[in-house]
Amino acid sequence: METRVDAYAASEADSRVVAALRSGDEKAFMQLVTEYGPSMLRVAQLYAKTRAVAEEVVQDAWLGVLGGIERFEGRSSLKTWIFRILTNTAKTRAEREGRSLPFSSLAPDDLETGEPSVDPDRFLGEGERWQSHWVSSPRRFDDLPEGRLLSREAIGIVQSVVEKLPEAQRVVLTMRDIVGFASEEVCDALGISEVNQRVLLHRARTRVRQALEEYVEGTDG
Amino acid sequence: MRLADDITCAELVELVTDYLDGGLAPELAERFEEHLVICDGCSTHIEQMEETIRVTGSLCEDDLDPEVADRLLAAFRGWNQAGAQ
Repeated sequence: METRVDAYAASEADSRVVAALRSGDEKAFMQLVTEYGPSMLRVAQLYAKTRAVAEEVVQDAWLGVLGGIERFEGRSSLKTWIFRILTNTAKTRAEREGRSLPFSSLAPDDLETGEPSVDPDRFLGEGERWQSHWVSSPRRFDDLPEGRLLSREAIGIVQSVVEKLPEAQRVVLTMRDIVGFASEEVCDALGISEVNQRVLLHRARTRVRQALEEYVEGTDG
Repeated sequence: MRLADDITCAELVELVTDYLDGGLAPELAERFEEHLVICDGCSTHIEQMEETIRVTGSLCEDDLDPEVADRLLAAFRGWNQAGAQ
């Protein structure tokens, strides 16, 4: 069995998996599918109209992975490479169906930082000795009874805030905080700068935090 | 007393994501951390942001639809056979 490994990059773990796939190891393939499949589906759904289409995109991406595995050189991690194939597959499909891609219309609004992260009334105003410092300290989320924030109710709130985010923010938040991409991977997949990526992520997290804060304060007592 | 280059709380809350990503210039990161040491409000705010990230992360589905998994396994077998011929 021939294994080609680029000396300068591929991690040992990646090299083992790649070699196993090339030799037709079903178990190795299914392990990879189990590990990345759910995240891939979530990313595909950012581009696809329906869950069924997203599932087809994931399936096509895996065929792309298999088709290209002989040529995988380990210049990036296997995971990055797989997700790059996935996003390319999803983009091609969306274009073919005349669906606009996330970020094809990144409005200047999306990046405007005008909206403050915290309600300005929470800070002392002009003329106060401690101007722009907290009027009163925010409440700690972990003061709550054990597990409150991970209750079905709280998670439902987060889910609905995420669904209502402007598209660019929703895409970045999903990739970073739900799927767990690194910042470079998101920039790479979406073709945006690191600065813009962080602005979008910050605004999205801010909205989720605000919703959780309202929830925490509303469930007092 | 407030030094001219101190970060205010209102400024700090805008920098949290940059900070958590290691995206602040070293000098600014240092001022950010100095502020945290003396400011309970901002320390709590950062904890809230970290909790937010944690709860958001729990939205990830862990299981792949078994039907999709089956189709992928079939695709793998097809690919494998095609390669063997």
